[in-house]
Amino acid sequence: MKCVIKNGFVIDPAQNIKAKKDILIVDGKIQKMSSEKLSTKNCDQVIDAKDRIVCPGLIDMHTHLREPGFEHKETIATGSKAAAAGGFTSIACMANTDPVNDNAYITQFIKLKAEQEAVVNVYPIGALSKGLQGENLSEIGSLKEAGCIAISDDGNPVMNSYLMRKALDYCRHFNLPIISHCEDTHLVGRGVMNEGLHSTALGLRGNPTTSEEIMVARDIALSELTKSHVHFAHISTEAAVRLIRDAKKRKVRVSCEVTPHHLFLTDDQVSTYDTNFKMAPPLRGKEEQNALKKALKEGVIDTFATDHAPHSVLEKQIEFENAAYGVIGLETALPLTLKLVDEKVLSLEKLIEKWTVNPARILGLKKGTLKKGWDADITIFDPKKSIQIHRDKLFSKSKNTPFHGWKLKGQVIYTLVGGKIVFQQS
Amino acid sequence: MGFKSKHILSIQDLSRNDISEILKLAKKFKTSQNFGKNLLNGKTVVTLFFEPSTRTRSSFEMAAKRLGASSINLSGSGSSMVKGETLLDTAQNIEAMNPDILIIRHFSSGAPYVFSKMLKTPIINAGDGFHEHPSQALLDLMTIEEAKGKTTGLKVLIVGDIAHSRVARSNILLLKKMGARPFVCGPPTLIPPDLKKWDIDISYDLQSAIQDKDVVMMLRIQEERQMQNQFSTKREYVKYYGLTHETLKYAKKDMVIMHPGPLNRGTEISPEIADSPHSLILSQVVNGVAVRMALLYLLGLGGKVEVRH
Repeated sequence: MKCVIKNGFVIDPAQNIKAKKDILIVDGKIQKMSSEKLSTKNCDQVIDAKDRIVCPGLIDMHTHLREPGFEHKETIATGSKAAAAGGFTSIACMANTDPVNDNAYITQFIKLKAEQEAVVNVYPIGALSKGLQGENLSEIGSLKEAGCIAISDDGNPVMNSYLMRKALDYCRHFNLPIISHCEDTHLVGRGVMNEGLHSTALGLRGNPTTSEEIMVARDIALSELTKSHVHFAHISTEAAVRLIRDAKKRKVRVSCEVTPHHLFLTDDQVSTYDTNFKMAPPLRGKEEQNALKKALKEGVIDTFATDHAPHSVLEKQIEFENAAYGVIGLETALPLTLKLVDEKVLSLEKLIEKWTVNPARILGLKKGTLKKGWDADITIFDPKKSIQIHRDKLFSKSKNTPFHGWKLKGQVIYTLVGGKIVFQQS
Repeated sequence: MGFKSKHILSIQDLSRNDISEILKLAKKFKTSQNFGKNLLNGKTVVTLFFEPSTRTRSSFEMAAKRLGASSINLSGSGSSMVKGETLLDTAQNIEAMNPDILIIRHFSSGAPYVFSKMLKTPIINAGDGFHEHPSQALLDLMTIEEAKGKTTGLKVLIVGDIAHSRVARSNILLLKKMGARPFVCGPPTLIPPDLKKWDIDISYDLQSAIQDKDVVMMLRIQEERQMQNQFSTKREYVKYYGLTHETLKYAKKDMVIMHPGPLNRGTEISPEIADSPHSLILSQVVNGVAVRMALLYLLGLGGKVEVRH
């Protein structure tokens, strides 16, 4: 099986490549990249990528695929289709399924399902505690053997500092990062949106930025104590950025991600109680948002992640305070983050780095670059193409996007996983 | 005249003109027994209450009946999450009954907004969570105007659990809109965050805050808040924020006292003060019906019929 991608502009940050090149793929692996035109003779497939960006397949290290247990929201099959349409070739799925992915059997189920039905690579993340209850360690070693690439109770902050410390110590042996959802749940109380003027005006209970700050500070201290890797999920505050910046300076083993929705939405947009603007952590104010963008620019924030969280109308078309937390994001992530190039926050190269090689490094995946012999996971997109987001045109089973109707630039044209086209723009 | 806004979900839906019109009409309804008798003949008003309420519900019902409309009461209970029925289901069921006006009270802030997005029927928010209670604020304003002869420049102190009060929010917005000056007083734990950005003076000390005020509105304090450590004990709350004869010594002689009800006698207000000549609490109830008649009338006829007054 031979395939050539010709005339594309290749950006591969890990190899410092930023040039017009042709790529030859043989049997699903990168065989050759060349500035000379490659012969398309005897090729099974030729993709013309003229005026397109060709880059390593995007990696989303934070999705919720909802299977097993919540198949009315999303399945491994539908979630992976949404991923492919969004330009993602690898996704890591969180453990808060039903049953929880806190044992090897569930991990094996997810892997098996993914092998049979998913069009992109699916990497399970194992639960830190049994049942996500925050009390007892799950079988982290077995989870790793079964295929988990990180450990997290995401959705449920680990409030017990002793447990978190033990988990970090334990994970050091298995060389797995712990992904921390940072919110002090006592301080959050029944808060459902960012605490401030807008929560006051809407009569909704607030969740202060401090709830994130406290937990980020704690986990930095625990990472320092244990010398284990903590990755901070979906950071949303200036305080988190400040703490992580300082920790990195002191060579503490921490990394962090930011979501497109925290970069492009603010708490004032909750104004009509639209539950598609409800997520955890909540949308914050403009100042927090600017701090996140600044941190991206400085490199304090390592990666993007969607926190793709599908919910059906059953969980969303209800009272704001009772509605489920989370929004979908796989199919809007790339065009949204491309805005950062226009806003001069990031170069296109840096942007791709944060969607590819950086998450690969954090998760220890042999992905994220187009090196010879590596899997041909490739995303081809047109960064200039104008599009409009329409919730009914998304592949995800759920439609809970706050970006419905948004006009953006950037369209995925092809997504290749292991050299095979898994998505093609029609 | 007619409202620009189809629903009355927030004081922010009303212009100054709308408000003056509502109060003018309400006064007319109050003073003339026969005026308005059959104005809403053949119309149906549905009250949909997800939270127990005696006075607001009966006030709306009374208002509907005086205008000749029939009213139907529906009670919702429990959150839709628990019942497995989405608000959409509830909304569609009600729409199918084809009411002319829907009055909604809900324990969750913003719930009437969810309905307004799904329904064609005009909606009046009769109190949603901690968000707003516009008809209460309007009847309060009417009561203040009656007592003081004006609104502009008046200093109005709202005392108590501001954080969890829809009455406080609607009153603050309305008083500001009509040129009065709202002030709030309560323990710091019960003052909502960033309220200062609304340009409101906040005090934690009732004795000093009450000194130069024309009106004081006492809010009901709920025992539940004590469980949440929003204040320490009822005893200490009464000591600092209860309206007593002792506190009144610091107030202006002609200061009037209001309370949206239901009263917790002996908690936020001492029994004899609630019944004192300075208390406007019963006038509030009387004006409630008149104001609600005006709202029903204006929404029910879609502003199409001109009333001579």
